[in-house]
Amino acid sequence: MPALKRSRLQSVHAPDWPGIFKRLEAEATGPLLRDFYARGTVSGDTPIADVPFVALDLETTGMNAERHGIVSIGLVPFTLARIRCAESRYWVLRPRRPLSDASIAIHRITHEDLRRAPDLGEILPDLLDAMAGRIAVVHYRGLERPFLRRAVRERLGQGIEFPVVDTMELEARVHRRWKNGSLARFFAGLVGRHPESIRLAQSRQRYHLPLYGAHHALTDALASAELMQAQIAWRFSPETPLREIWH
Amino acid sequence: MEVEQIEIRNHLQQHLPFSELPDERLEEISGQVEIAYFRAGSKVFSVGDRVTDLSYVRSGAVEVYRRSGEIYNRLGEGDVFGQLALMTGKPARFSVRAIEDTLIYFIPEAVFRSLFDEEESFAEFVEVEDRTRLRQAASEQATASEFMTMKVSKLVRLPPITVTEETEIRQAAARMAESQVSSLIILASDPARDSSGGPEAESGSVRIDEAEMTGIVTSEDMVGRVLAKGLAHDLPVRDVMTRDPISIDAGAFLFEALLIMLRNNVHYVPVLDRGKLYGVIDLADVLSLETQNSLFVVRSIFLQNSVEELKALLPNVGASFVRMVNEDANSHMIGSAIAAVGRSFKQRLLELGHERFGPPPVPYCFLALGSMARDEQIMYSDQDNAMVLHDEFDPKLHGPYFKDLANFVCDGLAEVGYRYCKGDFMASNKRWRKPLQAWKDEFEHWIQHPKAEALLHGSVFFDLDGAAGETRMADELKAFVAERASQSPRFLACLARNAQNRTPPLGFFKDFVLEKSGRYQQTVNLKRRGTAPLVDVIRVHALASASQSQNSFRRIEDTVAAGFLTSGMAADLRDALEFISIIRIRHQAAAIEAGRSPDNNIDPEYLPSLERRSLKDAFTVLSNAQKFIKFRYRG
Repeated sequence: MPALKRSRLQSVHAPDWPGIFKRLEAEATGPLLRDFYARGTVSGDTPIADVPFVALDLETTGMNAERHGIVSIGLVPFTLARIRCAESRYWVLRPRRPLSDASIAIHRITHEDLRRAPDLGEILPDLLDAMAGRIAVVHYRGLERPFLRRAVRERLGQGIEFPVVDTMELEARVHRRWKNGSLARFFAGLVGRHPESIRLAQSRQRYHLPLYGAHHALTDALASAELMQAQIAWRFSPETPLREIWH
Repeated sequence: MEVEQIEIRNHLQQHLPFSELPDERLEEISGQVEIAYFRAGSKVFSVGDRVTDLSYVRSGAVEVYRRSGEIYNRLGEGDVFGQLALMTGKPARFSVRAIEDTLIYFIPEAVFRSLFDEEESFAEFVEVEDRTRLRQAASEQATASEFMTMKVSKLVRLPPITVTEETEIRQAAARMAESQVSSLIILASDPARDSSGGPEAESGSVRIDEAEMTGIVTSEDMVGRVLAKGLAHDLPVRDVMTRDPISIDAGAFLFEALLIMLRNNVHYVPVLDRGKLYGVIDLADVLSLETQNSLFVVRSIFLQNSVEELKALLPNVGASFVRMVNEDANSHMIGSAIAAVGRSFKQRLLELGHERFGPPPVPYCFLALGSMARDEQIMYSDQDNAMVLHDEFDPKLHGPYFKDLANFVCDGLAEVGYRYCKGDFMASNKRWRKPLQAWKDEFEHWIQHPKAEALLHGSVFFDLDGAAGETRMADELKAFVAERASQSPRFLACLARNAQNRTPPLGFFKDFVLEKSGRYQQTVNLKRRGTAPLVDVIRVHALASASQSQNSFRRIEDTVAAGFLTSGMAADLRDALEFISIIRIRHQAAAIEAGRSPDNNIDPEYLPSLERRSLKDAFTVLSNAQKFIKFRYRG
């Protein structure tokens, strides 16, 4: 399969993240966020091969960032060449919003676990340190960014912004090019519904990636990192500029 | 800080040398692994690269090339490479290329060093394993097909999709549709995970324990049990699920999965990975891998609507037999596959019989006897079968029905290539068609009042298996026989004496003794002088140890477990049986391919000298085994 042709439209509209970070650094009211933005971000021209990424996955009590809370965060730093488990991080957190029985069933994290767990505020310095300077990779960007934005706003009085690469959206581009029917189905799935991890598993299957258990934030983060390596290997190239895939 | 990567640890733990390491070590390694994906065709290493990690193939496959470009080795899931360069500290002498899409776990040099220095088993493995694995890989590659060597886990594409028992049928169906799957695993009502908490939840393990699975529902069930019956869609899915489905281990071979599906006539089988749910495989997936094999034949058996149509499948049976032989399947695989074909013929003929004569008035079980029951069938064997009827059977009321049904099946079997049994051990014989209690009485009589002559011919009844119908009755009979036989020294002694009747064709100087006269002059009959007496010997040991297994290889295992044979004797018996069986099978396959009718007679002169020597060894094992039972079961 040939690499995707560069879409001019996309290049023009891709956000200027280094510029945004400069502005946000100036507007930051506290040291945590100021430092985070000060550590900057690579420019959109950077070839994917040279970009430091961090795969990020949240498990939440539901789909709505306003109503639901975060129960765990997993992150795994990586580059196109290597995923580095030694630097991965995983936290179970005490959400400020109640945990439904349904989400207990999915994540298998119990009320008891959560009673002993810290609040996101306590681990926020570590989390931001691990993310700073790296481009976040998520599977379905409709989740991680809104939840973190909201959670950080609640604790620091100011939300957080950062660029993301969405492996689900990269996969959708392929569908768009392949056949319209599956695209329609794909977007039907996106509307108002939790993009289940099963979709992550299905995407991975296309690249013959192994089957991993779903709904564990660290495993899902690892799974997304591997998926992105595979997507780049098959559909893009190491020289593709970052701006073609970030949001 | 180090975080444990569960998936990585779980996988390493299944493969040598990591499977030998303590848990803390595995956690340490899994936290340090680096990972990269290699698209099929891409380079992993070039000659001269500095090697900084031990590479572990997590999925996919790679080929290792010499500097000359000549292929050196092929490695797959769970294999490691790079140890040589790490141990010598020299740059890579080989290049490595991904031949499938491949995920590599890299274990950093520092971790490798500490493992090498501190873990004896690990050091031994990386030092020695390189050469032996190469040999294995080479022989596997040369002969076996994917189908024979592929593990079930390779076919699982998605984690299991689950719902709980009280989920409404409608929701369950919706879940199937949105996940695009055709089966759902049903879990027990939410167990109180709430209060348990515990280390399990903390470590974040998301794999579901086997015990939580109570059933399975397939799209076929949704059609057959819900739509066709007009069942309300808001009933709990529990009402239409199949309870306690048969499952298979992720490490089993595909052909074993296939046999399970065929034996039990199920199309979906949950896959377990060390007691945890791993996924589901379905028959269509398995069959899509191969269309020419015996399973394809089995599937088509169920699509035929008359004896004539069934008969037309015969050439396919022969072709799949030959094919398995050419693919170097072992005798157990072939014997099981051909037995599965035979079993399917019986099942289909019975279904056709039900259509013709109506549904059975009382439950019954159709028994396979002899080689089919042992899963050791080869082409063109006699039919040995019987029927167990429910104890409510009334000869006046139900007799004619079962007579018609049995005749129909036995005649049908003869049509499709299973000759009538010369000893008349067939369900069409009224004597071998009777209620369960009458069978128990019969066995009790044989066991308590053993007569050599009767048992000589009747040994076929001591290999029995349910082939169709209420197979539970067959299981009950097996258990009964195993229990009674093991407690009757006289019976065992009698059986042991019979097992010495057919001596191996070896002369005083370990030369072959050939048939002296008749059509098969100057040949050895591999069945009469080889596999049959071996099977007899093994049966005596198995019955003595109260084993309920029917297959000879399984019986050997049971016998060792019960302490009746040492593992050394068991290994000899196993090798001898396998060797003689496979020579016999190859001989038959060659005949089929040449369009001749297969027989059991070979001329040892035509065997390669190595095989001739091995055949003598195998016969010597048989001879010794016969001497041993003579002494062991004296009554």
